[in-house]
Amino acid sequence: MQRSDLAALIGLLAFALFPALAWAGGLLWAVDLASRMLIYGLAALALNLILGYGGLVSFGHAAFVGAGAYVVGILSFHSFMGGGFLGLPGSGSGFLVFPLAMLVSGLLALAIGALSLKTSGLYFIMITLAFAQMIYYLFISLPDYGGEDGLSLWARSDFGPLDIGNDVVFFYLCLGLVLAFTLLKRRLVGARFGWTLMGLRDNPRRMQALGTAGFRYQLAAFTLSGAVAGLAGALLANQTEFVSPSFLSWHLSGELLVIVILGGIGTLYGPLAGAVAFLLLEFLLREVTEHWQLFLGPILILVVLYARRGLWGLVEGRRRD
Amino acid sequence: MTEARTTEPGAPRPLLRASGLRKAFGAVQACDGVELEIAPGELRAVIGPNGAGKTTLISLLAGELKPDAGQIVFDGADITALAAPARAQAGLARSYQITSLFPRFTALENALLAVQARAGHAFRFWRPAAGDPALIEPARAALARVGLEARAEVPVAALAHGEQRQLEIALALATRPRLLLLDEPTAGMSREETQAMVALLSGLKREVTIVLIEHDMDAVFALADSITVLVYGRPIATDRPEAIRKDAEVRAAYLGEEDGGDDRPARQEAP
Amino acid sequence: MSLLLIFEQLLNGLQFGVMLFLIAAGLTLVLGIMNLVNLAHGSLYMVGAFVCAWVSLQSGSFLLGLVAALPATALVGILVELLVLRRLYDRDHLDQVLATFGLILFFNEGVKIVFGARPLRLDLPDWLSGAVEILPGAPYPAFRLAIIAVGLLVGLFLYWLVTRTRLGMLIRAGASNREMVQALGVDIAKLYTLVFGLGAVLAALGGVMAGPIYAVEVGMGEPMLIMVFVVIVIGGIGSIRGAFVGALLVGLTFMLCRAFLPGLFGLFLDPAGAAAVGGALASMAIYILMAGVLIARPRGLFPAQG
Repeated sequence: MQRSDLAALIGLLAFALFPALAWAGGLLWAVDLASRMLIYGLAALALNLILGYGGLVSFGHAAFVGAGAYVVGILSFHSFMGGGFLGLPGSGSGFLVFPLAMLVSGLLALAIGALSLKTSGLYFIMITLAFAQMIYYLFISLPDYGGEDGLSLWARSDFGPLDIGNDVVFFYLCLGLVLAFTLLKRRLVGARFGWTLMGLRDNPRRMQALGTAGFRYQLAAFTLSGAVAGLAGALLANQTEFVSPSFLSWHLSGELLVIVILGGIGTLYGPLAGAVAFLLLEFLLREVTEHWQLFLGPILILVVLYARRGLWGLVEGRRRD
Repeated sequence: MTEARTTEPGAPRPLLRASGLRKAFGAVQACDGVELEIAPGELRAVIGPNGAGKTTLISLLAGELKPDAGQIVFDGADITALAAPARAQAGLARSYQITSLFPRFTALENALLAVQARAGHAFRFWRPAAGDPALIEPARAALARVGLEARAEVPVAALAHGEQRQLEIALALATRPRLLLLDEPTAGMSREETQAMVALLSGLKREVTIVLIEHDMDAVFALADSITVLVYGRPIATDRPEAIRKDAEVRAAYLGEEDGGDDRPARQEAP
Repeated sequence: MSLLLIFEQLLNGLQFGVMLFLIAAGLTLVLGIMNLVNLAHGSLYMVGAFVCAWVSLQSGSFLLGLVAALPATALVGILVELLVLRRLYDRDHLDQVLATFGLILFFNEGVKIVFGARPLRLDLPDWLSGAVEILPGAPYPAFRLAIIAVGLLVGLFLYWLVTRTRLGMLIRAGASNREMVQALGVDIAKLYTLVFGLGAVLAALGGVMAGPIYAVEVGMGEPMLIMVFVVIVIGGIGSIRGAFVGALLVGLTFMLCRAFLPGLFGLFLDPAGAAAVGGALASMAIYILMAGVLIARPRGLFPAQG
């Protein structure tokens, strides 16, 4: 794990210095792209907790990202337009809407997880997808909040002295949250909780026979994963200053899976590397051709067929955990 | 002929009593009214021809299968309705005929998973499990018990078949069971490995009550205090090893066609 | 609401259901037999619709479009199977999901390049565009009746194929026991390619029939694909019978909810609110149906053996 930690530290340093470098190079617009990488990375880190360590293939994580984004969008809408949501007044305070986004997404994940974890394998993939579609159609049919067109944010969330309307400040907020969750996840997967998840992933039958009732641990992980995906959603809403049903679409769920695999499934830092690579690839292909998906598709297929361990697998060398 | 003859008057309360256990898979009656009484400290072997329902019996006792009918009482408490994890918590542990480990982890980490599974809830999010003496020490002890202490840091995939079978037992032991259900611990073993396993099991005898399914008759007669013969899901005899050796019905049903093959319930015809 | 209206909506549900079944049949076979999750199945449906629409536009004949679409889509399907999917049979579902997700991106962009980004129109010939009076005072579009007829015929054909023919026997045996089929001297790779080609033809047929009703546009496959997965999961993976029952359930639920829920909510909500809530619930209804079925029966209504 030494090599992997060292590489992660270098990555952290590169990110921390990035705004200064971009400024020096006259590429300040790239800070926005880097923020986006961190946000997708955060969502992918969250997904990896259940996908990589829990072996649970959720094809519906966009539901949690989108729900978090809509919490920010709807409360911002009411704080400027008046009125309220279910009796709650609107708010633009980040200290309120960010935790609320996590809470709502977490509760949603708790409910979806409690039902979905009754199934396994392919049925689990499909039922998580179905629940996400359910949420997608729910928001499409809310004309007050833009329906299919989505909802513009009046302003980024208000963090008091911290003005995240500034792209560089916003970037460091993203970096801070990614760092905090990475450290938390690092402890989590090394603790008994993480070991139990991995045991259930590798041999659920034996874990049961040894005395572990798996459901509650998987549900706890699913809930936490959903809450952090909701946090990523809150950031995403702030970054784009816009909330739309596309944040809930199954394309985003698919992209998050791709990012985790591309970076290295079940590795601590892989999903971040995956997010950087995926968004960079998308960005570069877009620069070259409007038909960038024609190339992205086959690249994904090649990654699945020939680079099973992802980018972080190259860093780590020997397979562990 | 189905009563358990090992329970003499005045004997202590049986640790495990199964009565009227039935389990059918479609038209196949894999377990057809099994009566079983295991005394504390006993080593009971369960033998029978292929497809006699031996593995099904273990799975029923361990809670991985639900019986169609019948009752299981463990240490005076009715556990029939408990699922596998709760039975493990109550002190029942099983091993598998087909090795069932955590192949991506080392031998020690496997034992550690077993220790922490038994320790109850695992909602501990912060302290590293790998450095926790409350887990490591019992895990090492379980490895030592089966003679794997020198191989603790070796990944399971790199262990020899015999060593994996030893680890299989170690996982069950790491849960500190009061009743150990062993499903063919010598399956696929060479002569030498089998002898080592028999030595290991005779060391465990008296320490923990054991129900042993085994095809190797030398191992059975070397280890068992008493033997139950299962044919077509029914126990046809339970007695001391010498008596079983002489029992004409048993010889006709089983010993005459002993082949030491695999236990495959699918091959069984409905009676 | 009148009985006639209910009857018409039942027919709509039936029509949507059999169309779902056409697409679901191939997908469930591929899932059941090869254990392969193929997200790109919706792309085959799209390719079928586009080829039919394009050929119809060029030639002025819908029938010619139909005749061209089926073999063309089969060819595309077989190429995809040979080049990509074949390498995924032994992989886990996650890999399959990702690789076929890549295929969707490729196909959507490819169709855009070949046929243009604008939706194509698929016009019906005169003999299919009229209405038939099925009950006195209840005209119903002839084309939708034709879809129902074709769908039921295909259902019967598949039932016959799977239960009565040697190919069907191999398909059923292949689902539970690959080695056994190989021991019979059957080239399993060829069997897989054949089944995949059959699935592609059925998906194309679905696309051809959807074309005149819905828009023929890039991305038309995905909403359909997700609905079809719902159908398969409700029916039980690998079961043709399950796909049929699941498709009718989903089709009827969707159409009936869409038609009647807004009215139902209108009884105790203001009209605008009722339309919103009713419309939302209609779209959500099939996912609620699926969740309900899976919670009650985690392996679907007709779990395949093995």
